[in-house]
Amino acid sequence: MTVTEYFTNIKDTATSIFEGMTITLSHLVRKPVTIQYPDRTPRPVKETLPDRFRGFLKVDMEICTACLACMNDCPIDCIKIVTKKDEALKERVLTQFDIDEAKCMYCGLCTEPCPTGAIHFTKEFEGATEDLSSLLFSFVPENQVIIPYKALKKEKEETVNA
Amino acid sequence: MQQLADKLIQHCALLQGLPHELTYLLVEIVFGSLMLMLFVAPFAGIISWVERRVAARMMDRIGPNRVGPQGFLQWLADGVKSLLKEDIVPSSADSFLFRLAPYLVFAGMFMAFVSIPFTSRVIIADLNVGIFYIIAVTSLVVIGILMSGWASNNKFSLLGGMRSAAQIISYEIPAGLAILVVVLMSGSLSLQEIIKAQGAHPWNWFIFDNPFSFCSFFILFISSLAEGNRTPFDIPEAESELVSGYSTEYSGMRFVFFYFEEWANLYLIAAVGVTLFFGGWQIPPSVREWAVGVHFVLPHILEFATFFIKAMSLVFVIIWIRWTLPRLRVDQLMAMCWQYLIPLGFVMVLGTATWIVLFPQGVPLVRYVLFSGTLGLFGYFFYRVVFHLRYTKAELQFNPFV
Repeated sequence: MTVTEYFTNIKDTATSIFEGMTITLSHLVRKPVTIQYPDRTPRPVKETLPDRFRGFLKVDMEICTACLACMNDCPIDCIKIVTKKDEALKERVLTQFDIDEAKCMYCGLCTEPCPTGAIHFTKEFEGATEDLSSLLFSFVPENQVIIPYKALKKEKEETVNA
Repeated sequence: MQQLADKLIQHCALLQGLPHELTYLLVEIVFGSLMLMLFVAPFAGIISWVERRVAARMMDRIGPNRVGPQGFLQWLADGVKSLLKEDIVPSSADSFLFRLAPYLVFAGMFMAFVSIPFTSRVIIADLNVGIFYIIAVTSLVVIGILMSGWASNNKFSLLGGMRSAAQIISYEIPAGLAILVVVLMSGSLSLQEIIKAQGAHPWNWFIFDNPFSFCSFFILFISSLAEGNRTPFDIPEAESELVSGYSTEYSGMRFVFFYFEEWANLYLIAAVGVTLFFGGWQIPPSVREWAVGVHFVLPHILEFATFFIKAMSLVFVIIWIRWTLPRLRVDQLMAMCWQYLIPLGFVMVLGTATWIVLFPQGVPLVRYVLFSGTLGLFGYFFYRVVFHLRYTKAELQFNPFV
């Protein structure tokens, strides 16, 4: 190390510390960017989410066709659908439609093949719970059956009536 | 304190039977513990909150703001939480030394507080070797840290402890040299005498006395940062490489003792700096005369306020440096100490000695030039700050409370 280098080092240290400290001091008086989730946000966080947000899955049972496409497409088998032939109604009915949100990875592969858009994402994302089983959602009430939606048949009936 | 003890002996019949030394000891212990409870402990706690808030704002965050008004009681919540934690001693650690180490670290810091002045009269013990005593007892911290590192039986702790020992022992030399400059100028080791040798006005402070003492302050400041294990010299506990260094295996209250020491040390660094270079508690004589006329306690309140404001400004600078500079590597740390600070320290000692011989009364012009030069530097500093704010078109919020 030459004498010039020695004193250049000292000068560089002093000037760079000086400049660095002006930058940090300027940040001291800037407005904080913190979003104080969950209780001190200007608007509820759910309202600020984009439309295509992937939250919990929800099934609209009125238009579910029981085609099982979502169950077959799910890569981690978190959807369980059971159907049976109902003797009294002489029809195929849904007896169980469970989604285990604890397993779901929000890939969206179940929503894509759905012919009617019955299975879809909501904006619900706060899944913290003390009990994992509370994340298991059943869309068919226990000991009840739901008749699947039949698009083509209904349309035919409507045309006949007209 | 001795006068107070003498008065007590005169007025209290019970104390007259005892040897006088025992009374002095009792008075010192009582006032020492009172200061620990009433000043050092709350200060260390509150400064932890202040540091977190300042750090947060420098990172454009808010910081702790939930416990109490503006999060002010966060330090109490943290303390209570740590008290309730399980006290873990690793099974392979040396149990006795592991338990002893935090107390040594704590004692080393607290013993130094004994000779820190607050006002012209309020000081626990005005030792005639005051500053020398402070250098000596703060070395006890090294033993505590090395002991904690070694007794933990953990590689990270041991590395942290050894780095700390190397660092603190090295940096005591430039710190001692910088202190020697002040001792040369004041002719005394007593902290009260050093303050009395300075004036109330900034150009009468030791830092502006001559160019050599001006540089000495920076040498002392850098060395104190290194001795206090503060960033950018925090390699003993470097989170990114050593987990938490010497305090890795500690939990609960023993862990808090290390951090208590660190934050109380902030005040110690600042108080020593203010005492040696920034005129301590000195207030202008005219103000003092006016204050004495109002009430005999008022000058002491003013003196304490002066000292405390100066010390807090330095504490703020230390916190501010922590959030500005990156950590030095071990070799850079040693190079800085042995290649730069120690040679420069010797130059400053020789320079000051020569200056005192050449100008025994000091040179007022040099004092004014140094003082106004520093003011000019501050001016340029704030100009640069405003430049950065304008350049980034930042949204401003001057209110420290959110």
